[in-house]
Amino acid sequence: MDTFHILMQIYVFVLAVFVGFELITKVPPTLHTPLMSGSNAISGITIVGALISAGTDNLTLSTILGVIAIVFATINVVGGFMVTDRMLKMFKKK
Amino acid sequence: MEILSHIIYLISSVFFILGIKKLGSPKTARVGNQFAAIGMLLAIVITLFDHQIISFTYIIIGLVLGSAIGALMATKVQMTGMPQMVGLLNGFGGGASALVAISEYFKILNEPTMMFEVNTTITIILSILIGSVTLTGSFIAFGKLQGIVTGAVVKYPLQHPINFILLMAVIAGGAYIVINPMEINILLVIVGVSLVLGVLLVLPIGGADMPVAVSLLNSYSGLAASATGFVLGNNVLIIAGALVGASGFILTMIMCRGMNRSLMNVLLGGWDSAGSAPAAAGGAKDAPQKPVKSVDAEEAAMIFDTASSVVIVPGYGMAVAQAQHAIRDLTNALEKKGIKVRFAIHPVAGRMPGHMNVLLAEANIDYDKLYALEDINDDFSNTDVAFIIGANDVVNPAARHDQSSPIYGMPILNVDYAKTVIMNKRSMNVGYAGISNELFFYDNTMMYFGDAKDAVSKLVNEIKAL
Repeated sequence: MDTFHILMQIYVFVLAVFVGFELITKVPPTLHTPLMSGSNAISGITIVGALISAGTDNLTLSTILGVIAIVFATINVVGGFMVTDRMLKMFKKK
Repeated sequence: MEILSHIIYLISSVFFILGIKKLGSPKTARVGNQFAAIGMLLAIVITLFDHQIISFTYIIIGLVLGSAIGALMATKVQMTGMPQMVGLLNGFGGGASALVAISEYFKILNEPTMMFEVNTTITIILSILIGSVTLTGSFIAFGKLQGIVTGAVVKYPLQHPINFILLMAVIAGGAYIVINPMEINILLVIVGVSLVLGVLLVLPIGGADMPVAVSLLNSYSGLAASATGFVLGNNVLIIAGALVGASGFILTMIMCRGMNRSLMNVLLGGWDSAGSAPAAAGGAKDAPQKPVKSVDAEEAAMIFDTASSVVIVPGYGMAVAQAQHAIRDLTNALEKKGIKVRFAIHPVAGRMPGHMNVLLAEANIDYDKLYALEDINDDFSNTDVAFIIGANDVVNPAARHDQSSPIYGMPILNVDYAKTVIMNKRSMNVGYAGISNELFFYDNTMMYFGDAKDAVSKLVNEIKAL
């Protein structure tokens, strides 16, 4: 990867951090737990990398690590979104 | 195909951003979470079409296994166990990022056509470091919250020098790998040291400081995903990880501010007196030697009956006793009598940000009745009864005036300004900060001893009987 590419990635990272700061400072304290579990599920995006690592034909060390990563990331994604939904269902106004 | 997948990744990123935006209001939060889930699904589906994926056998095994475990955890966990759950999920996310980075290392190592570039190696090391620290750190946090690992502040000799040396070892090892990428042993050492570092960093943090630790680990799990995004050159990982990193960091800072402590102070083990015996407490010496006034359920009910405005202050004790449903009954009983009931939530009440709010929501209490510290603090002087359930340090007036108190300067709920304070506690024991609470001895304070759930239920019966 050349320097230009890495610079572009740093660009994206920095801008995304600012977007994150802007959005999250607006979340009221009441929703901090669901915010945490929901954003936690989003960090399971690393599953994208895990899928590619695990998708080879022959079982190499790299594939095995990829499969474990898929399991971990899927627990993170499925568990995170489901538990957040369970919580948010309870936040209703009467 | 490659262009299409980039476009889909961009759309997923937009869904993540919109999802978090919608999480900003209770009305749209559920849709927001679904938006984020759609973003994730899109990213996963398009990745499955990637030309590098030749076989789906292992992928399917991994997805099915992970989904089953995740779904089981999400449906079985009790609302009071939410901090542990989030802690554990953080760990899995961080672990996955580290594993992807290690896997990528071995892929490049074994592929004759691929070369180690400096950028890639650096990000691989970074991803391994952050991911591994998140993995073991989160498991220790889980253990502490679950009561498997001691919730006390753990100190060991040379704590800080050891952590510093370990971090330096990772950096030195990383620098070595960048120059000699084929040294597998060094890479394994980096993995091992990072895992140990995660344990050592979280172990000293005390139970009530867990909101900070969990938030920070949340931030790390995002940064680990971002680092992995740099390794793979994938923008959706970088963006999603950055959003989560920012989110966790903001929550961390809110929690620290809620305790008037610096992040460093919390991470390095916190209050010296924390978790220690009351005898060692700095506040004990100047605690007024007055007797405390205690009331039983019937007397407490009569005080409530004459009130027109009540503020309930829940704390971790409410979660431990699972008293949220009893509190809902109390709220209903009081409102039936035309008494205004509100809740005051301290930012660090409980074991994670927003912990109390989720428990009260579980008990069907309208979120409009929940007030943050800054929104209700001026109103205590117009309040007839402040009812404290399982909270202690966050209502200790010493934080306002006693410069020798370890919690001096911490923002507290000014419950003592209410006409009457009724404090439910199991005993006179000290709170997390290890100091006596002068509020117990105030003229307008009544102690109502008993297990929170039990005591509130009895109170409800007495109020109904009046």
